[in-house]
Amino acid sequence: MISGLITPAAGGPVIPTFGKSSTCVVQNHQFCMSWFLDNFSSRFQPRLLEHIELTAIAVGVGMVIAFAAALLAHTQSWFETPFSLLAAFFYTIPALAFFEVMVQVTGINRLTAEIALVSYTLLILFRNTLTGLRAVPDDALQAAEAMGLTRRQTLTRVELPLALPPIMAGIRIATVTTISLTTVAAYIGAGGLGEPIFDGIQTGFKTEFVAAGFLAVALALVADGLLVIVQRLLTPWARRVRRA
Amino acid sequence: MQTLINAFSFFGHHLDLFRDKTIAHLAISFASIGVALAIAIPLGVWLGHLHRGSFFAINVSNIGRALPSLAVISIAIGIVGIGFANTMVALVILAAPVMLTNAYVAVDQVDTNAVQAARAMGMRPWQVLMRVELPLAVPLIFAGIRTATVYVVATATLATFAGGGGLGDIIVNEATYGSAGVVAGALAITVLAFAIDGLLAVVQRAVTPRPLRHLARRASAAATVREPLPPLPAPPQ
Repeated sequence: MISGLITPAAGGPVIPTFGKSSTCVVQNHQFCMSWFLDNFSSRFQPRLLEHIELTAIAVGVGMVIAFAAALLAHTQSWFETPFSLLAAFFYTIPALAFFEVMVQVTGINRLTAEIALVSYTLLILFRNTLTGLRAVPDDALQAAEAMGLTRRQTLTRVELPLALPPIMAGIRIATVTTISLTTVAAYIGAGGLGEPIFDGIQTGFKTEFVAAGFLAVALALVADGLLVIVQRLLTPWARRVRRA
Repeated sequence: MQTLINAFSFFGHHLDLFRDKTIAHLAISFASIGVALAIAIPLGVWLGHLHRGSFFAINVSNIGRALPSLAVISIAIGIVGIGFANTMVALVILAAPVMLTNAYVAVDQVDTNAVQAARAMGMRPWQVLMRVELPLAVPLIFAGIRTATVYVVATATLATFAGGGGLGDIIVNEATYGSAGVVAGALAITVLAFAIDGLLAVVQRAVTPRPLRHLARRASAAATVREPLPPLPAPPQ
């Protein structure tokens, strides 16, 4: 009965099922595939989903703020410099330092992590959106005006579609960097794949942090690849131009 | 506000600690940058000179940027073990791609007219590289080195989890140093990152051949418009 009580439940012993574990786990090899597969759904899958959620929220909120700021800067050009400087300032602060300072203000929770994560996305998203809007050819704008499009119609039907390649590129970079930063955010209790990494490093159980590390790398590379595909599907003309 | 005052007084009372940790921090950073330089710059310059391997040279930094640094460090702990070497492996993996891509693009994009003129003057390939391509490519190559250096100095904070030492030791040890110490450590790393960036900006200007200085600024602006991917690396971790 006792062996039945000691199961690899959440919060259980780090190297679970003492005496029953495979030699790989007992001897703490670099990576124990069977342990990983057995524990994937209980230990890693929820963290992976959390990681995706944290990233999606940060990039989403960052995009809304950066987009609004870029639109403002597009019409009121004085706004560009102060916002860029602020965003560049956030961008240069080392993440762990940023998280720790924010903890003093908003406490150890998800909100703190998201505030920092959103701050990191602003520079890339703002710069790329503004660059895209500014690169719209004058001819296209004049044609739109000649066709009698209102300011709003010009924006949604002419400027935004033409600005899409750099905006998508920005979303792609912001997403992979946020995935990367989110691993560090686990240090202030935000969850995500950083959690098993820190947990494993603390206890010295190699399979746990190596597996979580590989999952984080895989997530970043898959997200990067998927966004490249989305980018190409949304802007089929961009490739043709580049090839020409 | 009180936290900030406490942090400053903590800093004032622990100058020795900060000095030692900063030295350790810079040691691991510059050791990694040195190795990354030795690998990435010759390879990037060589590929750029031959105009070969553009797919590899450009995409390697896309992958490098996507790699989560903490994940790389954790995998490296599993393979290399805890310590200085581990952190170095991870930091080199993170720093080299940016340098490589910038070096490749810098040499690859040197004005073909200049290269052809040099060949017409009878220069050997080696001379073309040393006297024409490299001087023209220096600003962009150095931009890559600067970016990578700031990135490494900031990311070396995470070395503390791998037993690599550095200023990260103070940030993650609230039990010993208290919240004042944590904030002071965080501020110290931030100041260090900005200081290195500013210092390298000055060096970058100094190593840029004088006639190129006004061009360098315009070129980087143009690069942003055409292809927004290369100029921004991953933010420091």
